Amino acid sequence: MGLLTVSGSPHVHGGLSVKKLMWGVVIAMLPAMLASFFYFGIGAIKVTLVAVGSAMLFEYLITKFILKQPPQLMDGSAAITGLLLAFNVPSNLPVWIIVIGALVAIGVAKMSFGGLGKNPFNPALVGRVFLLISFPVQMTSWPVVGKFPMVLDAVTGATPLGIVKEGIKNGEPMADLMNQVPSYTEMFMGQNGGSLGEVSAFLLLIGGIYMLYRKIITWHIPVSFLGSVIVFSGILWLINPEQYVNPLFHLVTGGLMLGVFFMATDMVTSPMTPKGQLIFGAGVGILTIIIRVWGAYPEGVSFAILLMNAVVPHLNNLFKPKRFGEEVSNG
Amino acid sequence: MGLLTFKIGGIHPPENKMSASAAIEEFAIPKQAVVPLAQHLGVPAKVQVKRGEMVKVGQLLAKGEAFISADIHSPVSGKVFKIEPRVDSTGFRKESVVINVEGDEWLENIDRSDDLVKEIKLSESEIVKRIHEMGIVGMGGATFPSHVKYMVPQGKTVDYLIINGVECEPYLTSDHRIMLEKGEEMLIGVSIMMKALKTDKAIIGIENNKPDAIANLEKLAANYPGISIKPLKVQYPQGGEKQLIDALIRQVPSGKLPIEVGCVVNNVGTAYAIYEAVQKNKPLIERVVTVTGKPVGKPSNYKVRIGTPITELIEKSDCSMDATGKIINGGPMMGKALVTLDAPVTKGTSGILLIENEKAKRVPIMNCIRCGKCTTVCPMGLEPHLLSIIARQGENEQCEDERIMDCIECGSCVYTCPSGRPLLDNIRLGKSNVGFMIRNRSKK
Repeated sequence: MGLLTVSGSPHVHGGLSVKKLMWGVVIAMLPAMLASFFYFGIGAIKVTLVAVGSAMLFEYLITKFILKQPPQLMDGSAAITGLLLAFNVPSNLPVWIIVIGALVAIGVAKMSFGGLGKNPFNPALVGRVFLLISFPVQMTSWPVVGKFPMVLDAVTGATPLGIVKEGIKNGEPMADLMNQVPSYTEMFMGQNGGSLGEVSAFLLLIGGIYMLYRKIITWHIPVSFLGSVIVFSGILWLINPEQYVNPLFHLVTGGLMLGVFFMATDMVTSPMTPKGQLIFGAGVGILTIIIRVWGAYPEGVSFAILLMNAVVPHLNNLFKPKRFGEEVSNG
Repeated sequence: MGLLTFKIGGIHPPENKMSASAAIEEFAIPKQAVVPLAQHLGVPAKVQVKRGEMVKVGQLLAKGEAFISADIHSPVSGKVFKIEPRVDSTGFRKESVVINVEGDEWLENIDRSDDLVKEIKLSESEIVKRIHEMGIVGMGGATFPSHVKYMVPQGKTVDYLIINGVECEPYLTSDHRIMLEKGEEMLIGVSIMMKALKTDKAIIGIENNKPDAIANLEKLAANYPGISIKPLKVQYPQGGEKQLIDALIRQVPSGKLPIEVGCVVNNVGTAYAIYEAVQKNKPLIERVVTVTGKPVGKPSNYKVRIGTPITELIEKSDCSMDATGKIINGGPMMGKALVTLDAPVTKGTSGILLIENEKAKRVPIMNCIRCGKCTTVCPMGLEPHLLSIIARQGENEQCEDERIMDCIECGSCVYTCPSGRPLLDNIRLGKSNVGFMIRNRSKK
C-alpha cells in the first residue's frame, strides 16, 4: 500500500469538466456546420478548417512561447472560437483575412486578458467585428445559397436583412420587399444567404436545445433574448407595419439564432446569476433591434452582444443570487 | 405528490449506499482504547482520572465544565495507561486518555439489557441534566453538545422538534440501520426529547431512498402521538440543519439559530443515544459506524466502542488496501481524510470510507470559466467563485458582506466545478480570517 492522500473535503467530484462542456458546444454546432457545407459548398469547408486550425494554432503558440505555460489545446475552447468565427463570416472570405480574424480573436480578445475564462468580450465576435470594420467589402459580399449543393457559387447578393433595410430606407412598400426575400419557412430551414452559421435557424435551434438538455447553458439568456426581440420588434411593427418589419422576420434572419444560443450564452462573457442573465439577454435583444432598425449596419447581433458583454461585471454585482433565509415567510 | 426538499441549490451525487443491507454488528472490544478529551464542538473536557487508575465501563473520565462542552466516559474497563496527546481523526494531536483494556466490567447502575423501557419517569429538567451527564453530543457528525439545545433560551418556545434521518451523505448508512433496527428505542428517545422541550410535535425527515426505514417508522409511530414521518426528495445537503428546516417548515434567517423559528434539530443517532442515556442510564460510550467504499470487501455497520483504533475496523472488513488511495472519517462530501489509521473512533465518527486509488486525487485545476454552476448549486445562495477569490486576496470585510460565514462547507460547489477549483479550501481560509476579525471586533 502506498501513502494515502490527504486533502480537504469534498472527496468526490461530479465529473463535469471544461473539456466536456466545450466539446459539448462543438457537438451542438455540428448540424449547423454541416448545413453550411451543404449550402455553401467547398468555400464553407475551407473557411471552417482555416478558422478552427488557425485559432488553435495561435492559442498553442501564444500559450507556449509568450505566456510560457503548458498549452491546454484540448480543452476545446480555441476550437469553439474558431468555429464561431467561421460561422460569422461569408464562405468566400479570403484565407488571409480569416487568419487575421483568428489572430485578433485568440491573440487580442482572449490571450491578452490571460486566456481561458479571463476575457471580458466574446473572442469570436471581437474577431468578427474587427474584420467587418477592417474589410467591409469582403465581409459583406454574401454568396447566394447554391441551387446545386457543393458547388462554389460565384454569385453574391445581399442578405434578406440587407434587402429589407435598404428597401425601407428607399421607401419601397413592405409587401414588395417581402417578395424579394425567401419565405419564412425557407429562411428558417436554411435558405438564408449570409454568414456560414446563419444559414439555418432551425439547426441552430436544435443545437441550442441539445445544449439546454445537456445543461451546458440555461434557458435564461435564450428566452429573455428571444422574448425581448419579439416584444420590442412587435411593438414597432404594431405601430407601423409599413415602416417596421414583423417580429418573425427578425427571428429567422441573420445571426439571431446563432447569437441567442451560441454567442450570448458564452459562459465566460455572460452574467453568472439567473437574474443577471435575464437582464443581459433582454439587453442584447433590444440593442439588436435598435441596430437593425436604426443603425448603420443591417445586422446588430454581434454589436449588441459585445456591448452587453461590457456591462456583465456590473450585472454580476447588481444581481446577487437569492441568499438563504433572505425572504423568510411565516407559515 | 411532490416530495418535500429545500428550496435553494443542491446536488445529487451517486448514493452508493453499499452497506444499507448490512445489519449492525457488535464490534470486538479493542485491547487498548484511546479516548480524546475533545470529541465535541466546544471546550475540551477536564480529565478526572490519574495514570494507573482502574476504570470501569461508563465511569467519568473527563468533565465538560464549560457551557459548550461534554462529559467523556470510559468506553472500556481497565487501567489508565497514559494521559498524553495522540493524533485523532482530525489530524491534530489532542490530549487523550489511553486505557489498557482488562475484561469488560460495567458500572452497576447501567441497564445493559435489551428490554424496552417505555415509561418516561424523569421530569423535564432531570432529562436535560441526564443528557448533560451522559455526555450526549450530536451524532450526525457536528458533535454539538446536546444539552445546550435543550436549554431553551428565555422567551423562546419550541414548536417543532425535528429529527434528522436524512443521511444525505453518499455511502453512509449508520442512521439508516438505526431507524430499521432500533426504531422503537429511537421513537421513545424522540418522546423524551419532546418532553424536555415541552412540545407536542416532532417531525422525522427521511430521504425517500430509504423506503424501508420510512415504512418501519411510520408503522411504529402510530403508537407515539405527535411524531410524524416526512419522506423527502433525495437532495444533498438536506441533512444540513438549515436545509432540513427549510424542507420541512421554513428558512432560518442568516446567522440565526433554529430556535429563532421555533425548531430544535437532532439526529436519529442522537435520539437513540438519548433513549439509552435516559432510560438505561448509559453514557455515550459506543456508536454505530459504517465501514464502506469500493475497496471494501464486506461493507458493514458496526456498533463500536469509542476509542477503538480505526485500523481495527478496516482489518475486519476485508479491505483491499492496495486499491485504496484515501481513507475518510465520515462521508465523501464533508468527511475528513485521515492522516493516520491509528486514530480512534470518536463520538462523531459516523463512517469510515475507503476511496479507490483512481478517485483519491483531485481533478486538475483549470481557470474559472465563469459558468456560475457553483452559485447554482450553493444551498445557502452564496457565490463560491467570488468568495474563493476575495478570501484568497484577504478582503475580509467584503467576505463578510458576501456572507461567507453562512457557508456550511457542504462542498457542493467543488463537486460541481468543471474547472476543479479549490473553492472550499479558499472559503475555509476566508471563514477563519473573518471569524477572527468578528471576534476581535466584539472584544473592543
